[in-house]
Amino acid sequence: MADTVASPQVHGPVGQHDVDYLHDGSLLSWLTTVDHKKLGVMYLWSILFMFFLGGIFALLVRLELFAPGKTIMDAETYNKVFTLHGAIMVFLFIIPSIPAALGNFALPIMLGAKDVAFPRLNLLSFWIYATGAMIAVVAMVTGGVDTGWTFYTPYSTTTDGSVALMTFAAFVLGFSSILTGVNFIATVHKLRAPGMGWFKMPLFIWGIYSTAIIQVLATPVLAITLLLLIMERTFGVGVFDPKLGGDPVLFQHFFWFYSHPAVYIMILPGMAIISEIVPAMSQKTFFGYKATAFSSVAIAIVSFVVWGHHMFTSGQSQLAGAIFSFLTFLVGIPSAIKVFNWITTMYKGSISLQAPMLYALMFLILFGIGGLTGIFLGAMSVDIHLHDTYFVVAHFHYVMMGSTVIAFFGGLHYWWPKMFGRMYNETAARIAAILVFIGFNTTFLPQFLLGSRGMPRRYYNYLPEFQFLHQVSTVGSWILGLGFLIMAGYLFASLRKKFDAPPNPWHARTLEWQIPSPPITHNFHEVPVVKSDPYDYYRPFEPSVKGHH
Amino acid sequence: MSSETHVVEHGAEPAFRQHHFVDAEQQFSTSKIGMWLFLATEILMFGGLFVGYGLMQGVYPEAWVAGHHHLDRIMGAINTVFLLCSSFTMVMAVHASSTNQKSKTILNLLFTLAFAAGFLVIKYFEYSHKFHDGLLPGRYFAYHGGGPPQQAMFFGFYFVMTGLHGFHVVVGMALITWITIRASRGEFSSAYYTPVDLVGLYWHLVDLIWIYLFPLLYLVS
Amino acid sequence: MNSLRDWMMPMQASEHAAKIDNLYLFIFWLTLAFFILIAYLTVAFAWKYRRKKEGVLTVNLQHNLALELVWSIIPLILVIGIFFWGFNDYAAASVAPNDALEIHVTGKKWNWSFEYPDGTRSIRSLHVPVNKPIRLIMTSEDVLHAFFIPSMRVKQDVIPGRYVDLNFTPTVAGRHQVFCAEYCGRDHSGMMADLFVDTPAKYAEWLEKGDEELYKMKPAELGKMVWEMKGCNSCHTIDGTKGEGPSFKGIFGKTEKFRDGSTIVVDENYIRESILNPQAKVVAGFEPVMPTFQGLLREIEIKGVIAYIKELK
Repeated sequence: MADTVASPQVHGPVGQHDVDYLHDGSLLSWLTTVDHKKLGVMYLWSILFMFFLGGIFALLVRLELFAPGKTIMDAETYNKVFTLHGAIMVFLFIIPSIPAALGNFALPIMLGAKDVAFPRLNLLSFWIYATGAMIAVVAMVTGGVDTGWTFYTPYSTTTDGSVALMTFAAFVLGFSSILTGVNFIATVHKLRAPGMGWFKMPLFIWGIYSTAIIQVLATPVLAITLLLLIMERTFGVGVFDPKLGGDPVLFQHFFWFYSHPAVYIMILPGMAIISEIVPAMSQKTFFGYKATAFSSVAIAIVSFVVWGHHMFTSGQSQLAGAIFSFLTFLVGIPSAIKVFNWITTMYKGSISLQAPMLYALMFLILFGIGGLTGIFLGAMSVDIHLHDTYFVVAHFHYVMMGSTVIAFFGGLHYWWPKMFGRMYNETAARIAAILVFIGFNTTFLPQFLLGSRGMPRRYYNYLPEFQFLHQVSTVGSWILGLGFLIMAGYLFASLRKKFDAPPNPWHARTLEWQIPSPPITHNFHEVPVVKSDPYDYYRPFEPSVKGHH
Repeated sequence: MSSETHVVEHGAEPAFRQHHFVDAEQQFSTSKIGMWLFLATEILMFGGLFVGYGLMQGVYPEAWVAGHHHLDRIMGAINTVFLLCSSFTMVMAVHASSTNQKSKTILNLLFTLAFAAGFLVIKYFEYSHKFHDGLLPGRYFAYHGGGPPQQAMFFGFYFVMTGLHGFHVVVGMALITWITIRASRGEFSSAYYTPVDLVGLYWHLVDLIWIYLFPLLYLVS
Repeated sequence: MNSLRDWMMPMQASEHAAKIDNLYLFIFWLTLAFFILIAYLTVAFAWKYRRKKEGVLTVNLQHNLALELVWSIIPLILVIGIFFWGFNDYAAASVAPNDALEIHVTGKKWNWSFEYPDGTRSIRSLHVPVNKPIRLIMTSEDVLHAFFIPSMRVKQDVIPGRYVDLNFTPTVAGRHQVFCAEYCGRDHSGMMADLFVDTPAKYAEWLEKGDEELYKMKPAELGKMVWEMKGCNSCHTIDGTKGEGPSFKGIFGKTEKFRDGSTIVVDENYIRESILNPQAKVVAGFEPVMPTFQGLLREIEIKGVIAYIKELK
């Protein structure tokens, strides 16, 4: 297959959709739109709402833990609240966040395409997401779920509440994820603009592409696992129930076979955004482009064979544990390479410290902590002590929130002018970023200490000796909440303005910055012909897009 | 794909080409990639079931052997033949539509539908037999003929696997009906028969999964 | 060094705790060094190369093979080293010595119960002798639990329908905290136990005397527990139906006739004698099959059984 797959001629009536995409069509037409940008925006509002909801649950959890015993709710409520925090954040926020919202908006434009490969499928995928979200909400109000987001058997097959419904919601959401993945892979393979060879693709595309591979290959296994769990609850089939001769540990194998790759569904897009922000804001050629591109794919592949490291204390065989531990350490190496590449890219750059870059810098530090603390957990003997303690909670929050969510907000600040045609207040953005950074570390740094001192996770009550650190953590969650509140304030405020964003506020060189902000419905008047690498900041800019300048 | 192949298309504006594709060739190959990816997810989904089934068979071999004695091999074999035949007629339909033979396309699609319907009819008889004997999954298992209790789990798998497959057959029949209607409207030609081709791929997968299910469930050793 | 460890970790109270802590501290210092490197370079570059002028072209740095090999291979060697270190300690800790004291542990929402080799039982408190290898054989009656003793640095999931081992050798006498570390529902955070590591003499004394819980229970309740746990219930029913032995229902105060024709009114002394020397008086219509419970029941437990029988009218 040749690298160049599209020919330069443009078909279709040019000029018909010259208005910006935000004002093209009635408000109602958004519900049935197949425009990847509108779908990206709809996903964005949906997941931001879910982040808000999950965040409220998180604040409630932290508030309850301010003191031992009952603070604001009883144990059963607490168990439901932390379950909903996890389930909402994982299935409804983080997994769709970067690919479905920012990826949908930016990926086709960065490839020089007018849309994703299957626009109607994209719409379907959004509505499947919306359906899944609604089922999840129904499950929350009709009994709730108290299993933890991992649905471990046999607890999940025996407890009361709407477990089957919540599981079904996750099952439905999985299909949305699969369809998005299929769409992106086909788009990357087939809709690259002329001249855009594989190694001229922006690194964001490489990251999203690797993510899509995992989405397509791992999610079906989750689907079948959840289906078996639903069968277990409704028919008592017994595959996971020891009373009927089943094996509860089998569920864990099935679950983590999906859910560990899912960790990379979450982190790879975060890395992808950082790979975009760092060279653009540093005005610097990317150092180690191919190493970074291949390390994304390597992570995607190795991520399939490390699931057992969640189960060192589950009674799996020693040999299996050893293999999983070894592979877990190996998967760390591509991540380390990426970190060094980002840092070296900054070397001798011309670095702007505007909001997107502040998030990228935060990412480097927080991902540093998140990644390095993973080494403690990968070492089998140390993990025996740390498994299922707050150390694990702190570790994965540094990776999931400190890295992925921070990268997501970095990407949101980076592409916001492109998506909505408005600039936000830079000073407010910097203040919010600093508050988020301080709040995050105040919340989660003490949890490492709690965990290594032996505080188990998912505890409603705790021994008095742990109280001080819990209180510091709770205070941190308030600072974090304040930071996000300010962010919501200035972002909404910017939407009330007229379009004021220049096409290219960051002087970046990927294709999306060569068209107006916001873009027109069909993205490009003419199919762009890509001549240069995405990060050629060492030489004068040579635009690939005609007709906008 | 070389650039020469689609030069021909320029100027012509076929109605089926969606605006974001440069030409029909690109649209066709993109659709195929999408379909193959979708099929990969299907295989992985059934693959997960097969793994669970196999592991549990390893733990309770007697229950599996006892359970499979309740399945009707003859009916299973007839169904296998039905699906193999339907795959053949599907191939014929795809070929016919790619060579502008409208009536042959429709005829073959109808044959495919008939075989699929036959499959479901037989499956219906098999299911009602099981229901009658109380050979039901999990806690609803009410068979009084004895045997290892884990037969309940075997039938759990049996109904999940054949049920999920049966659901795919029903979806396939809906899709085939849809392309039969489109074919009768004359929407397909050698220039554009992507939907027939893709539904064909899907149907072969449904067939293929049965080819694995049949020995796994009916011919336990 | 030690004060840092004591700040981060619980007390070291088992033979292998020090090994785990050594690796923990090694990783701590190593990752701290890497973190300082990353954080320093990030902040230093961001500040040193901050934008002073718009529109400048920058140098074209895309590769440096030597540098890239260094930062790939050094971490690789380090993590492989850590893998072997961690695996060795893990494997060593999971092997039980032959002379280990075996105690059965059962997890059930939301309590831990323990059974010792001599049949003694305790709930929510585990007693072990110091410096003696302990092998816990654990199972669950309902959902997953995990047995976690921070000061021993051990943790193991407890799985229904399966036995799993946990091995450790306690070295510090005193009370230690046991947690449930696998989420198990409403009172998960209350599913704790006390581990009492005693001197061998104190441990023997405790075994002799039985768990304090026994002394807190009402005598009849204790008697019911003994009736269930010591197997009385396999021969003596409490609902009047005839088993291998006479039913306990309504037996107290009744006049029993024996195989040798003599009779007696059932009282405390007769019950006590029947438990300790069952063949002395065998009720007519029954075989002399009951074993003696001499040495198997504590005084308080015998009293409990008597109280229980009194209650069954």
